[in-house]
Amino acid sequence: MIELWNLYAAFFRIGILTFGGGLTMLPMLKYELVEKRGWITEDVLLDCYAIGQCTPGIIAVNTATFVGYKKKGVLGGIVATLGMASPSILIITVVALFLEAMMSYAVVQHALMGIRGGVCALMLNTVYTLAKKSLTREDQENKLHLDKICVAICAAAFVLAFFTPLPTVLIIVFAAVAGVIIDRVAGGASI
Amino acid sequence: MSQAFLLIFEFFKTGLFAIGGGPATIPFLMDMAEKYPWFTMHELSSMIAISESTPGPIGLNMATYAGFRTLGTFGGIVSTLALVLPSIIVIIIIAKFLDGFQENRIVQAVFKGIRPAVTALIAAAVIDMIRVTLFTEEAGKLIPQYKGCVLCVVIFVLLQWKKLQKLHPAVWFLVAAAVGVVFQF
Repeated sequence: MIELWNLYAAFFRIGILTFGGGLTMLPMLKYELVEKRGWITEDVLLDCYAIGQCTPGIIAVNTATFVGYKKKGVLGGIVATLGMASPSILIITVVALFLEAMMSYAVVQHALMGIRGGVCALMLNTVYTLAKKSLTREDQENKLHLDKICVAICAAAFVLAFFTPLPTVLIIVFAAVAGVIIDRVAGGASI
Repeated sequence: MSQAFLLIFEFFKTGLFAIGGGPATIPFLMDMAEKYPWFTMHELSSMIAISESTPGPIGLNMATYAGFRTLGTFGGIVSTLALVLPSIIVIIIIAKFLDGFQENRIVQAVFKGIRPAVTALIAAAVIDMIRVTLFTEEAGKLIPQYKGCVLCVVIFVLLQWKKLQKLHPAVWFLVAAAVGVVFQF
């Protein structure tokens, strides 16, 4: 019981101290789970993190479930995840309540219009950073090259997303299938 | 009640298919803005700003906010739980049965395909968002809102400067808000 409570409390802390997304929380996880509590080793954390990134869902949540499960089984996984989600639910609900009440003021409207410009700029930057990471590969000299296959998949997915009413889920499924087919074809060629 | 079920269904789906963390949920939220009267694209843009400026993973914050906009506090809780449920199920299965999951060749091939597609999905969502929030449509023509467009370009250019990249997103939103108030956006 005490261990479950500790799991909840640890991930509540991590949730409340994480700004941004899952990718920014690795240092926080390392401090709370490896250095301070010694619950897992750094290798296990990196494993969790790698799995968290390549499974569906929010990376932070996936990592929480994985660590919780390793510590205390299925119940541990659930408790850790609820700990991670609790601060978001509390804080956002309070912020949303306030914002709804303030929406009628002209000053707030102007501020929100300004913020929209900022949001678009930050989102554009996210896409730019993601594109640099997901469309390139490193050669032996650590130089970045455009990966033609990745660029082709990206272009095809963009056309489908932007010009057709195809649901997002289907595009992701198509991309996964394309990845497997390309692997089969390329794998066959190299053998 | 049926609204609650729809919320749960949509956020469960988002949790199951949004691969790559918080930003990957945006295309799904965009779909929801188009399909349901829950929130508009304009509101989605404020939701993103608030989710990035408050503690907690962005994806969870957005789910809470979107759920709150739709069905109040109850909606916020339900949406967030629906979003994390697929993670709990999938991760526990992987942790239990699949050793060396991320080294598996098929898994790697699947993600090699999905990663560039997710970039494309987010790019398409951002273009949609720019079209709706920084342009107005009159008689089928897109008319730019010059102040907002200039602000967006200026911040994007500043973001390419290494020293400014470390600034917290909330700082940019504060600056943008101040500019919006001073110049009467």
